[in-house]
Amino acid sequence: MAGSTPASLSADAAAPVVAAPRKSRPTTPAGEAWRRFRRHRLAVASGVILLTLIAAVAIGPFVWPVAINDIDFAAKLQGPSWTHPLGTDDLGQDLLARLIYGGRISLAVGLAAMIVAVVVGVLVGALAGMSSGQVDAVLMWLTDLFLSLPLLPLLLLLTYLFRDSVKSVLGPEGGAFVLIVVVIGGLRWMQVARLVRAQFLSLREKEFVEAARALGASKVRLVVQHILPNALGPVIVAGTIDVAAAIIAESTLSFLGLGFPSDIPTWGSVVRDAKDYLDIAPHWVLFPGAAIFLAVITINFIGDGLRDALDPRRVL
Amino acid sequence: MAEPLLDIRGLKTWFKTDDGMVRAVDGVDLAIDRGETVGVVGESGCGKTVTARSVLKLIDMPPGRFEAGQILWQGRDLIPLDDAEMNKIRAREIAIIFQEPMTSLNPVYTVGEQIAEVIALHQKLNAKQAMAGAAEMLKLVNIPNPERRVHDYPHQFSGGMRQRVMIAMALSCQPKLLIADEPTTALDVTIQAQILELMQEMKERFGMAIMLITHAMGVVAETTQRVVVMYAGKVVEEAPVGALFGNPRHPYTQGLIRSIPRVDRSAGRQARLESIPGTVPSLLDPPPGCRFAARCKYVMPACTQAIPPLKEVAPGHKVACIL
Repeated sequence: MAGSTPASLSADAAAPVVAAPRKSRPTTPAGEAWRRFRRHRLAVASGVILLTLIAAVAIGPFVWPVAINDIDFAAKLQGPSWTHPLGTDDLGQDLLARLIYGGRISLAVGLAAMIVAVVVGVLVGALAGMSSGQVDAVLMWLTDLFLSLPLLPLLLLLTYLFRDSVKSVLGPEGGAFVLIVVVIGGLRWMQVARLVRAQFLSLREKEFVEAARALGASKVRLVVQHILPNALGPVIVAGTIDVAAAIIAESTLSFLGLGFPSDIPTWGSVVRDAKDYLDIAPHWVLFPGAAIFLAVITINFIGDGLRDALDPRRVL
Repeated sequence: MAEPLLDIRGLKTWFKTDDGMVRAVDGVDLAIDRGETVGVVGESGCGKTVTARSVLKLIDMPPGRFEAGQILWQGRDLIPLDDAEMNKIRAREIAIIFQEPMTSLNPVYTVGEQIAEVIALHQKLNAKQAMAGAAEMLKLVNIPNPERRVHDYPHQFSGGMRQRVMIAMALSCQPKLLIADEPTTALDVTIQAQILELMQEMKERFGMAIMLITHAMGVVAETTQRVVVMYAGKVVEEAPVGALFGNPRHPYTQGLIRSIPRVDRSAGRQARLESIPGTVPSLLDPPPGCRFAARCKYVMPACTQAIPPLKEVAPGHKVACIL
């Protein structure tokens, strides 16, 4: 009975929407979420900045066709100028070109690691949430175990241990990518699993699930069609934050020299290369640092906005 | 009729809890013929809903358990069937609607998609045909503008409208039996009347039987042909509706009928509404003998000795009382 109160509230609030001319008002759940998201100014601004950043790394190489490994000792450690908008490093390589290339890797790692984390998390969480009893207990025990592991040392250990064997199979760049994505994603699924399990535990008792079951829906259908779509809101929010966390993790790995091969620039590895020249060439560390900062903070703000927009309890 | 549509025989649905076995349904016999409306009444917690869910096997199997009995659907026992076989019976032959229309629809799909899902699941139709079927069903349950409303989400419907949608979903495959588990309890009185009228209309149209579970005696009097009174997991009285209200034999039934508020009486001598003192006994460890004994004003020593069996006192009128 308690569950009916918010539902009836939303029905009352929705009544004027129904009465109003319906073409102007978005009434799909996605449309509603977008309407709420738009009112979150910081999130919208973050979205614009992040999209710009993504567009820059996506089409940058075509607009700025300078090679990332063009060595020019005559122009080393120069500050921003017309020929090198973001300056150069100690080998005279163009920083803008290196940051565009590095951004592709950093953002791709962030996205791919998030996808790994969300897929593993949803699978574990859904399985635990649907099968009460021993399976649930074992899976949650596993989740707690992973949560109690110290992330960074483990990250370092795993990349160090498997770097060479993976590289020999998939090549230096592809191998590093797969390894980093799997390791970061594989160590970040626990939050998603807990969220999904909690959602499943409450959603599977809902009347609409029972009603669907009573009308002949199989168990798989119940999970995929009826429970999962309702559990997705918090997962999307957690996934957004995971992208930011994965970008940080990749930057940390690269900074420590355990990420991609040293001749491939990523935002983290450019910061590492620049750290010895902080006093004579501050621009070198500033731009990749700002890129990491911007990407992570905008993604976090977008996550905040999505949290508000996708909260099913919010009516307006 | 030779063979009833649904014949529940000695059904016992028990639940295992930390404190022991809860005997929610403890030996229920109930038969429903084709095209018949049977009311099942009783207080909260007397096993009405568990009986209904047992028929569709919607009881979670641990902790629940079928201890004994048979559920014969057109002569075939449903209890040994697995979930896949039950899914062929659910909606296609037996459908159920629940008490809470506000939460019985999935908030992330349009009502049309939800009705179409049921149709597509049981009949070999493509998405477009199923959607057309959904609009057809909405029209049938008197929702205005059905072609447009199929694209609306549940939150855009009121409680009464949602219950109509639920009925449309339940009837979309033309079941032979509709189990209505307190379909009007959550609705206000005028909407209740509309929903009951709609169910009556649908019944005439499709010729299905209805098992109407309720605790509103007034609803029973108006809509059913036969009534089964349940108390503490057992059937205590079963009679045609006229006989039940005209000549209730079990003290519990008498108490239920006396506790119906009546406009014509309230002003006169009997100003206070009568109630039955006490509550339903714990089903964990039911007392031996008649379960109503503790609350019965006619209680005799023999009542606490053995459970009185259901015996026929008039044609079609059975009572489980030694009186």
